[in-house]
Amino acid sequence: MNALARLRPTHLTSTGIVYLVLVLVLVLGAVITAAAGRNFFSTGNISAILTGTSILGFIAIGQTLVILAGSLDLSVPYVASLASLLGGVTMAGQTCNIPLAVITALGVAALIGLVSGLVVAYLHVHGFIATLGMGLILSGYLGTNFKGSAGSAPRDFRLIGALNIGPVPLSTIIMLVCAVLVILLLRRTRVGHHLYAVGGSKDVARLSGVRTQPPIVLAHVLCSVLAGMAGLLLLARLSVGSPTIGTQGGYDLMSIAAVVLGGTVLAGGKGNILGTLGGVAIFAVMDNVMGVMQLNAFLQDVVRGLVIVLAVAVYARRNADLRPARFDRSRAPRHTPAPTTAGSAA
Amino acid sequence: MRRTTIGRSVAALSALAMLAACSTDESLDEPATESAEEGADDGGEGSEDGGEEAEGDSDEWFDQADYDEQFEQRSATFEGDPEQPWMQYIDGDMTDTSDYASEGAKKVCFSNASIDNPWRQTGWITMNQQLEVLQEDGVISEMETRDAQADDNTQIADIDYFISEGNCDAFVISPNSTAALTPAVERACDTGLPVVVFDRGVETDCPTTFIHPIGGYAWGIDTAEFLSENLEEGDKVVALRILPGVDVLEHRWAAAEQIFDENGIEAVDYFTGADPAEIKNILADELATGEVQGVWMDAGDGAVAAIEAFEDAGQDYPVMTGEDEMSFLRKWEDTGLTGLAPVYSNFQWRTPLLAVEQIFAGEEVPTEWVLPQVPITEDERADFLEANDGMPDGHYAKFGGEDLPGYPDVWQERIIP
Amino acid sequence: MTTADATTIRGTTLPMSEGGTLGRLGRALRTPGGAVFVLVAVLLICVIVANPNFGEPGSLIRFIGRTAPIAIAAMGQYFVIVSGEFDLSMGSVVTMQVVLAGNFIGQDESRVLPVMLLMVVLGALVGVVNGLATTLLKVPSFIVTLGTMLALSGLVLYLTGGAATGNPVDSFRQIGRGGIEGVLVLEVIPYPAIILLVLAVAAVWLMRRPFGRTLVAVGDNPQAVHLSGSATWGLKTRAFILSSLAATVAGIILVGYAGVHPSVGQGYEFTAITAVVVGGVVLGGGRGWVLSAAAGAFALELLFTLLNFVGVASTWRDTVQGVIIIVAVAVGARAWQGGRRRRSAEPTTPGAEPRHTGTPTTPPDPGTT
Repeated sequence: MNALARLRPTHLTSTGIVYLVLVLVLVLGAVITAAAGRNFFSTGNISAILTGTSILGFIAIGQTLVILAGSLDLSVPYVASLASLLGGVTMAGQTCNIPLAVITALGVAALIGLVSGLVVAYLHVHGFIATLGMGLILSGYLGTNFKGSAGSAPRDFRLIGALNIGPVPLSTIIMLVCAVLVILLLRRTRVGHHLYAVGGSKDVARLSGVRTQPPIVLAHVLCSVLAGMAGLLLLARLSVGSPTIGTQGGYDLMSIAAVVLGGTVLAGGKGNILGTLGGVAIFAVMDNVMGVMQLNAFLQDVVRGLVIVLAVAVYARRNADLRPARFDRSRAPRHTPAPTTAGSAA
Repeated sequence: MRRTTIGRSVAALSALAMLAACSTDESLDEPATESAEEGADDGGEGSEDGGEEAEGDSDEWFDQADYDEQFEQRSATFEGDPEQPWMQYIDGDMTDTSDYASEGAKKVCFSNASIDNPWRQTGWITMNQQLEVLQEDGVISEMETRDAQADDNTQIADIDYFISEGNCDAFVISPNSTAALTPAVERACDTGLPVVVFDRGVETDCPTTFIHPIGGYAWGIDTAEFLSENLEEGDKVVALRILPGVDVLEHRWAAAEQIFDENGIEAVDYFTGADPAEIKNILADELATGEVQGVWMDAGDGAVAAIEAFEDAGQDYPVMTGEDEMSFLRKWEDTGLTGLAPVYSNFQWRTPLLAVEQIFAGEEVPTEWVLPQVPITEDERADFLEANDGMPDGHYAKFGGEDLPGYPDVWQERIIP
Repeated sequence: MTTADATTIRGTTLPMSEGGTLGRLGRALRTPGGAVFVLVAVLLICVIVANPNFGEPGSLIRFIGRTAPIAIAAMGQYFVIVSGEFDLSMGSVVTMQVVLAGNFIGQDESRVLPVMLLMVVLGALVGVVNGLATTLLKVPSFIVTLGTMLALSGLVLYLTGGAATGNPVDSFRQIGRGGIEGVLVLEVIPYPAIILLVLAVAAVWLMRRPFGRTLVAVGDNPQAVHLSGSATWGLKTRAFILSSLAATVAGIILVGYAGVHPSVGQGYEFTAITAVVVGGVVLGGGRGWVLSAAAGAFALELLFTLLNFVGVASTWRDTVQGVIIIVAVAVGARAWQGGRRRRSAEPTTPGAEPRHTGTPTTPPDPGTT
């Protein structure tokens, strides 16, 4: 794989490799599933895999934004838990409360992201610490105010988690719509271009006349909102809000892993949403196959750990090798930073 | 820009939510939708649901009716052979299973919450031993297991996977949490196959049988009454809790806190994450502040560290409740402290597969199968220590697998399938 | 704009690594790496006010003993962070070592030394794997160590059936639990406190050696170090080995202090990273003092103790912690920023833009690597 990439470096973007890896995982998965006497491509199985992508997908899309901006968000599990609770309690089983509940949950999530973003951008606290601290703050609030599940989602809202259109769950479609919106934001708007510029090098961005703070704050707000949407989707699936649902999924580290698996550079400035979706899908297929194989839960973690490192190694090394070339090529167009950074990133 | 984007996403989601609401009628023929509808109806009718939500919101996590029921059950008489406590039950409603009666080995699909603590690991080993016996007897052909790794969302997906892909003859479900798993268990019930739920419950009575020891309130009552009897009014108890927000653990503490309150015992609670180092730090600080006469735990993990904190500080041993984990029983004997080992009967991991056997034999099973939950007192301690000699520290004395083929090696070696 | 400025910044903000006269100390206290010592002092006073018993020498030395493992872990994490990387596998290494000790030593005293040797070798091996995967495979250390974290803990739990065997022989546990008895005033000097002292001296010595200086330089500007002919991969790998070995030592102490349990060590990586950052070390590398990292660990432990003494409701503790961590780091960041502001103030004129855009070798911002 590595050798292949080296032979034709210009033909394969890192996103291309991500999807190549995904295809490889799919083929492997189909073979293993068939060996276990199951049909990998049955409607039920495909639906199960896609369901597995939707929640991590929301969070990973948000995480991609903060990572592109050169930050991190470790508070996403708590934001998701809080959103599920706020949504559930506000809905209280009544369909007419859905809009209010969604607005409340996402509004509070946005506010949390705003605070994190301001702390990162203006107080110069590293995203790791700012969001770790924010996570602790929320965890205390959740532990104090909710001693277990609370609220309840009305049937109409639960359908988001239960409806399938063909083999595709509605939740996955909503996730993909969000992904498209975020891709448009990154490719077509000034602030999206600035996000790449700031993440690539804050100094260069500043010297180019970009105000570095707004993109960082925006990335945190959107990441929180997306985590809030993941929380609402969890509410739809669980039918109740839960104070531990975010931490149960380990979404903080897994979303970061999915983002990097998707080819986004952890240092920021390079990467894209499509790759992240590929990373999320790789995880989902992997989990599905390990489930079919009835692999011991502890060994599942071992496999996850190894796959994360090895998969990233496949193209991280290649990226690093190519980096000087990329800088050379991009030097000239950098004078007008906005369109090209986006171009090279998408 | 920011505002419009957020606005856009909110609008998008609300629009989709509305869309979903509008498209309901067209898709009613889908099974997933039907069950969702049914679940929603339950939520609408049952006033219990509403009551519990209110509790979750407020600072209270206490249900007087459950408390009273479990208080009574502690002294109830159990049907069945006391030598086989995993088959005992409190007399009550029975489920007629004659419709399920059929010949041949059956495939069981087991959705497990997790094996992330010593209690669940011990039970999981026992369950697999029980499985071997039933496979040899030709009752069960295979058991397909999915481990949700302590994630509600994963477990819901696991159950849905079993329903659509598993070719199961029966479901065994050990829910990760009560309310969240209810819709998924209802979907399993809708298949018409027998559903056996054990350990933590769900808020529906659709399962064929729900197997569990008496419960968290009983644990809290046993332990807090013991401490109150052995301590005086005004004494201080440090309560070591694992983590907040888990209903089964919150029940234990809710009952205990109530009793401490009634008896004028000063109880301070801490969350430890079951980390012995954390437990030791907490107790060291408490002992530096003043005397501590009692220690209460919502699970026995780390009990040894708690006792050692008293040794290191050079203070008298506290009156203490741990669990029937071997580490605590051994340390309890070594130190001779006044203690009690409450039990959350680990042998319940045998019962679900035996229930499956009964169900396919068409024998009636208790609708709510309440297993005995008897704490180990100082007098019985020596017997349990002897019976479990050679078992690892994370083993549970009342695991109830002495008559299974792998005894004692698989538990001693702790071979986790 | 970078090389010259970086040197001047280093010259003014890190005098402590050059030696310690009183004047330098005064200046040092105004840097984030020095401010943490003020924070420790303030917290210590608060704790003693909350509970005067704590001020007794005997209590204090015991407190130092129990903080030793996290302080040692923080120093290990420091080496990795100052070189611009993360080590998330630390907690799993601690757990692995604790479980190894429990399972392999058991009640057989003759096995103590061979098993300890095995633990050190395995610890170093984890460091080598982390280091080489980060440097040669070019996988970000955050991901590499996240991978090792998952793989190690999974493997240990799988192989040991949930790690439930039990505590090792008491003589081995004495390392973490015992101490030199009968000392004047102090009553007892816990072994962990002594180990901490020895390792702190060793770490300071190491940071003054060429290795330490180059390590900081790698974190500050990897290209420059690379161009100057040093092998960054070897340096960083050694930093990862030091981190894993620190986790190993912490594990050995924790077996004694706490006993064997799979949750020992859980979350250690985050506590250690937080301690390092509270100690004024900049995530992304290039700035910070190793003893400040240890002091950061003490600040955190003092904070937890204060929360215990003041009797903050159990459920609100996390929140208080979160607020204090953010505030502490924000204050620290302002101090660094004060050093930086001068250089970032000038080039905001739009005319400067084209000249600077052509500098492809600009090092990544310290906050983002």
